[in-house]
Amino acid sequence: MSEHGAIKKFMYVNRKAPHGTIYALESLEVVLIAAAFDQDVTLAFLDDGVYQLKKGHQTKGIELKNFQPTYRALEDYDITKLYVEKESLESRGLTADDMCVPVEVKSRADLGRMMEEQDVLLSF
Amino acid sequence: MKFGILINEGPYTHQASDSAYQFCKAALAKGHEIHRVFFYHDGVDNATRLTEPPQDDRNIVNRWSKLAADHGVDLVVCVAAALRRGIKDEILAPGFRISGLGQLIESGIQADRLLVFGD
Repeated sequence: MSEHGAIKKFMYVNRKAPHGTIYALESLEVVLIAAAFDQDVTLAFLDDGVYQLKKGHQTKGIELKNFQPTYRALEDYDITKLYVEKESLESRGLTADDMCVPVEVKSRADLGRMMEEQDVLLSF
Repeated sequence: MKFGILINEGPYTHQASDSAYQFCKAALAKGHEIHRVFFYHDGVDNATRLTEPPQDDRNIVNRWSKLAADHGVDLVVCVAAALRRGIKDEILAPGFRISGLGQLIESGIQADRLLVFGD
């Protein structure tokens, strides 16, 4: 139980490509801070957000920090519920095997239902 | 109802800050409570008092300051996002304060609804 009262269900919805904008990186920073609050945390990846987990990021050429290893560290923060939208993967020619961390693939409809169950939805 | 607000875009380029402000005003007028407005990503640029829009345009920054003064709304700017973008204590407009991301999570916990205004 957190010192802040009841536990709420937080879902972080990641919709943007890892680079090109700062949303993915700064959203990951929110997730890491949130881990300290002992809430029920879920991460969803959809649209170009699925590229955040695509294996093998190499950012040296664009001189940006490669923050992909941080996704692999989420487990250490007890953040293990990572869902990737099936339709977003398929339309980009990707499968769960292309992801850099263990994920569960969910259909758009299933994700929608999961969103309904959340207390707080943070979309980045 | 108690609302938490998250603003993810800077002023003028995106309408997110305008929409959030209009929402806050309408909610307060209906007797609701705004628990906190949290500024993240380029949203931190809403907090600089160096902003000087043309006379015939709305002053987004001053509008937030006035809302804070009139209704005691807590305007919180994320420290990490702010420092990245050159937003520091010495250039904050009245009513804003710089703090950590924990303030956003706390708002999500304490408010009945957390609304995200972004692109």
